[in-house]
Amino acid sequence: MHSDVWIAGGGVICGIGNNLSECLTAFERMEPGMAHMEHLHSVHRHTFPVVEVKASNATLASWTGMPEKISRTALLSRVAAQEAWNSTGLGDIHQYRVGFVSANTVGGMDKTEDFFADYLQDPSKGHLSQVVHHECGAITELVADAMGIRHHISTISTACSSSANALMYGSRLIKNNLVDVVIAGGTDALTRFTLNGFNTLMILDPAACRPFDDTRAGLNLGEGAGYVVLISEALAAELPASKQPWCRLSGYANANDAYHQTASSPDGTGNFLAMRAALEMSGIKPEDVDYINLHGTGTQNNDSAEGAAIARLFAPHYPPVSSTKSFTGHTLGASGGIEAVFSAWAVKEGVIYPNANFSKQMKDLPFSPVTKFSAGLQLQHVMSNSFGFGGNCSSLVFSKNAQS
Amino acid sequence: MEKLMAALKAQIVEQLNLQEVKPEDIGDDQPLFKDGLGLDSIDALEIIVLLQQHYGIRIANPEQGPEIFHSVRTIAEFITAHQTAK
Amino acid sequence: MYIYIQGTGCVSPQETAAGNTFPAAVLPWEGPRLKAWEPDYKQWIDVKLIRRMSRVIKMGVAAAKLSLQEAGVEVPDAIITGTAYGCLDDTGVFLSKMINQQEEMLTPTAFIQSTHNTVAGQIALMLGCHAYNNTFVHKAFSFESALLDSIMILREGRSSSILAGAMDELTNHSFNILSRFDLYKKEPVTYEQLLKSSTHGTVAGEGAACFALGTEKGPNTKAKLTGLTTLYKPVGKAEISPDITSFLAAHNCSQEEVSLVITGRNGDASGDEWYEYVENTLFAGKPVAGFKHLCGEYPTAASFGMWLGNRILAEQQVPADVLLKGKVPEQIKKVLIYNHHKQTHHSLILLTAC
Repeated sequence: MHSDVWIAGGGVICGIGNNLSECLTAFERMEPGMAHMEHLHSVHRHTFPVVEVKASNATLASWTGMPEKISRTALLSRVAAQEAWNSTGLGDIHQYRVGFVSANTVGGMDKTEDFFADYLQDPSKGHLSQVVHHECGAITELVADAMGIRHHISTISTACSSSANALMYGSRLIKNNLVDVVIAGGTDALTRFTLNGFNTLMILDPAACRPFDDTRAGLNLGEGAGYVVLISEALAAELPASKQPWCRLSGYANANDAYHQTASSPDGTGNFLAMRAALEMSGIKPEDVDYINLHGTGTQNNDSAEGAAIARLFAPHYPPVSSTKSFTGHTLGASGGIEAVFSAWAVKEGVIYPNANFSKQMKDLPFSPVTKFSAGLQLQHVMSNSFGFGGNCSSLVFSKNAQS
Repeated sequence: MEKLMAALKAQIVEQLNLQEVKPEDIGDDQPLFKDGLGLDSIDALEIIVLLQQHYGIRIANPEQGPEIFHSVRTIAEFITAHQTAK
Repeated sequence: MYIYIQGTGCVSPQETAAGNTFPAAVLPWEGPRLKAWEPDYKQWIDVKLIRRMSRVIKMGVAAAKLSLQEAGVEVPDAIITGTAYGCLDDTGVFLSKMINQQEEMLTPTAFIQSTHNTVAGQIALMLGCHAYNNTFVHKAFSFESALLDSIMILREGRSSSILAGAMDELTNHSFNILSRFDLYKKEPVTYEQLLKSSTHGTVAGEGAACFALGTEKGPNTKAKLTGLTTLYKPVGKAEISPDITSFLAAHNCSQEEVSLVITGRNGDASGDEWYEYVENTLFAGKPVAGFKHLCGEYPTAASFGMWLGNRILAEQQVPADVLLKGKVPEQIKKVLIYNHHKQTHHSLILLTAC
């Protein structure tokens, strides 16, 4: 029950790279991925920049061997989940009891939108193949089936914290000895549904987003998928020397802000509670944290609430912080998974990611984000935050060494 | 102005689905948010669309909401000012 | 460690939300679509909040409140929900407007409320509950995942009471679209005939069921949640039997000890073969009960089955309307709920009287 859960590897696809290595290059070169829409068809294509994965569905299908007509959300998921598995030294997936816990927020909505356009004209119209994978769980199953995973599959949807919660649930599955390995994370493709939804909230920035900047004016939506491979301590001990685990998932917590359906409380109560409980589980103090990968969406509300919660918990020892959403955009249900991969890699390689587009420190905060890429550091503990609608606040802690 | 305020009250009740509120129950100067009618930030966004739909007025910055949407009278004044300005 | 059912709440096509007991009589229905019997939600929800809530949110919140009331728990240590479809009504509203209005003049409410974790978030908001809050959306494993997460968290020993539940609504759009997949009966059917019909298809249902689960008995505890497992796409009926046997064995329960089997029989001939097979091979002579003639078929219907199982253990009797075959023993000690959805998602829940 109290054994550790290790990160054996990870994979990511997003608007700054089709794999982790390409993403790292983008960070190093300070190349955020905001651009005009290429693949999403929306009347807002010239109004709001997005961070699309730079590949068509046909290309993604050819990489994955999956049908081109299925939801982009599943295609993205497969790319990242397969990269995650391949990055480990685990070999044949069939020799383990494997779980797949994948998060997403709108399932196969990209296809449902097309279906609905026909269906609303005439309820007997619209290709059923476009709604057959509407449910969030259907996306997970497409990928699980393709990878031959059936011991435990599940899907989580708690808005923008979804995939952080997938890592928590995955860890519990391992700690309870229900499976040996869990591929955990999330996926979301851009859809008109979410783009228009966020537009009604008036929190989309028509320029590149500026997380934790005093001039911030909203978020940019992105898309992608990110997964880590969680393994039990017993399995970690069997890995070859060349394929040692990246790090440990030493702490995690979810707390609820219980303030408003969408807005964060001004003092970030939920954020504070999640971060504090995650540290407690890790058995570390705030000053032990070497880097925080922020939720940092770039909205007024999120950044001031998250900032206030960090100030409350960490003062006066502010660790370096940055929001990688300034590169990837907000990938919603995928963001916690993508950022978990970045955070776990940060511990492994001693990397701190820059915060793009930063110019002016937030007035009410005593700290500002890191603006330069650095590598070769010694990072013992890295925190990753993910906060979502419904007051859903999650925090993860990745740590280098085994529990002393 | 009276006519505009009456129309606004009916539109607000409908758009926000205020089930137990009759348009005439809303005072001209009654605060709409918090302790008044109890509206919140989501309602403010709904009212922004309402103004666009019914009066062709666009409010680009939601931060302006609290000031303009203080009461039915302040909204009516805003609409009148905006429409004469055109 | 035992996990006790401290309280339950259920909104369903039957009058289950009226008194949280077996309704005196079955509410008859006609046609392939069962609608939830809705209580007066104002007894639990502030009118200021109700105005934004679609049916699934109201049903979920009501079931949650009922279960917490029965458990005597004000604020649980975690809120975990399961929903296969999420907030379909709000999704349909926003999607339709988006298409009809060419992405212009859209309002936020339906979008916000369409998020899958709206029910869990609203419960937290209403209770002022800052604790762990999660939502599973995995088709017909949504409820089971929520239960499993609850069990695992309770085993960690730091929580004493968790609210776990499932909710799904049927909307005009979803019913139309699901009908096009040829899931429902074309011929007229009544609740008395449904589970005996040997034709294709079933009837559509909806509802919400919540459970306050804890590591200690509550004032109204009548049963323990002894075990839970899921089986994904078993290759054939032959695979299910050893799985059921080993599930029971893992929870120190022999086949003989099972007092009653509740199956998810729904009147669809090919799906019901699985239940038939299990009843005949593993539980020959055992009494069998069904429930989908009361709530209809939907991905989280197993939650209604668990609500029924708990009521049966609490009242130590099986209502005539749900007993399908066999003779119920004097003492009902263990109830096994075996459900599958479309033959791909199978689950087993074992309850024990206490």
